[in-house]
Amino acid sequence: MRLAQHMSVASDRVRSIAIEATEFPDLSRAYQVSAVPKIVINDRVQFEGALPEAQFLAAVLQAVEESA
Amino acid sequence: MAFLNASDEQEVRNQFERLQEPVKLVVFSQSLGGAADLCRENEQLVREVADLSDKLSVEILNLAIDRERAEAYGVDQVPAIVVEGARDYGLRFYGVPSGYEFGNLIDAIIVASTGEPDLSDDTKASLSALADDVDIKVFSTPG
Repeated sequence: MRLAQHMSVASDRVRSIAIEATEFPDLSRAYQVSAVPKIVINDRVQFEGALPEAQFLAAVLQAVEESA
Repeated sequence: MAFLNASDEQEVRNQFERLQEPVKLVVFSQSLGGAADLCRENEQLVREVADLSDKLSVEILNLAIDRERAEAYGVDQVPAIVVEGARDYGLRFYGVPSGYEFGNLIDAIIVASTGEPDLSDDTKASLSALADDVDIKVFSTPG
């Protein structure tokens, strides 16, 4: 979550939402959350667990590319 | 019952020594429905945190009544918190950020206050060149 938050502050284009999975079962089902942390970027790119900064950034850029 | 004990408060106060610009915690709640109890817990937690620094303020809004504000913030769930620094950086929390998420709430407040993300120059350069919006959802569970 920390990386997502800092990316939000670094760019006006980026928004980060921390979601307590157990309090939002419908959202968790919709995004097929079975393990946490689960990260979903632009509803397209997703992964579980923490990633180093460079790989997290690569996932963000991939999501933008796929959304274009 | 308070969320934070004296030791938690002191730890957060120490971290808040890094605060620079004021930060507003905009809370969205609902007084009716299944989420009402969680919304009350969320409001209490946010107030306890805000009491630990005079740079922090709290605004409580109602998702059903303050619809225009919710829409402007892109908030469609409760309980929700928007962490707003010198401008709205896009920092959102859905659910009561107790347990594991509590540390992230404190981190979000600090980075919104300083406006200085702890990222490499390469990452910052890539992000500043983004031509499209990015929405990052991070699902976690209460610790």
